[in-house]
Amino acid sequence: MPREPAVTASTSKGTTAFEEAEMVDRFPVEAGHIMLFARAVGDANPIYYDEEAAKKTEPGGIIAPPTFVQASAQFEPDYGLRPKIGQRWFGSGKSPSGSNAEPPAEEAPRGGGGGSGLHAEQHYEYHRHLKPGDVLHSVNKPGKTWEAEGRRAGKLKFSESITEYYDQNNNLVITARSVGVQTERPVSQG
Amino acid sequence: MALKASQVKVGDKHEAVVVRELSRTQIVQYAGASGDYNPLHTDEVFTTQVAGYPSIFAHGMLSMGLTGKMLTDYVGDGRLTKFGVRFVSQVFPGDTLTAKAEVEAVRSEGGQHFVDLKLSTVNQDGKEVVQGSASARIDP
Repeated sequence: MPREPAVTASTSKGTTAFEEAEMVDRFPVEAGHIMLFARAVGDANPIYYDEEAAKKTEPGGIIAPPTFVQASAQFEPDYGLRPKIGQRWFGSGKSPSGSNAEPPAEEAPRGGGGGSGLHAEQHYEYHRHLKPGDVLHSVNKPGKTWEAEGRRAGKLKFSESITEYYDQNNNLVITARSVGVQTERPVSQG
Repeated sequence: MALKASQVKVGDKHEAVVVRELSRTQIVQYAGASGDYNPLHTDEVFTTQVAGYPSIFAHGMLSMGLTGKMLTDYVGDGRLTKFGVRFVSQVFPGDTLTAKAEVEAVRSEGGQHFVDLKLSTVNQDGKEVVQGSASARIDP
């Protein structure tokens, strides 16, 4: 039996699908962003923030940590897991769900106790490592879909997507494969 | 310093504690840096009262990023050729995670040397939260 995945979840537009990467037209890789990302993953390696120290390393300059490309979400205009200015957000405000602005008529309230979309797998293939000054764009390809019955979260619907990241010279730099799972109910612990 | 093919063999193990008592604030930091602001990771009110989870929990990609720190410290900067994981259990605030790598193969291809690793990241109770694999180019 496949293991139940757990972790990142998502929601957008009234669905609970795992937020798959969408095409990104322009993802400028910036030194400050790399530093903030490295801090967030608790990585104090100077190659991620100290230009002078990074010069003395084999890559010869600052590079991005291996999971940095996930931050391309910042550059997806319609990314569903980022609050949009002036739009209703499904996180809490005065009430547990649906802060600011008027609820759009078409959006059903998000049900309590329901399942949600979770991130099941993530795979990267590095053709080279990213560095500040790179400007990426990505292309998405749908992958397989499959179903399974899970012990901790009911019926599981898996879907895969492949994202290819190209640099400013149109060279493929990273191939990412991501698997999302839609659970029937929240993953029980234990 | 990168790993050397002459100094590494199948079965070699490496591990590192990659976070001690994960704070909610570090999860917030990750949300800000990655751009994934899903309230399930930072909004306790939404997560417990609407989504039905006992607590907020870390992004899967945060546990992968933490695992990546052990990995790049082990194989060397800019050496990874592949890194993939499955998220097998949730990571909660307060968790202490240890990321482990075990050498599965040392091989050469087109005159270059590579190491294949099996990965497992466990919490303070020994429960696996991430399992995966990675490959890296290493020195002769």
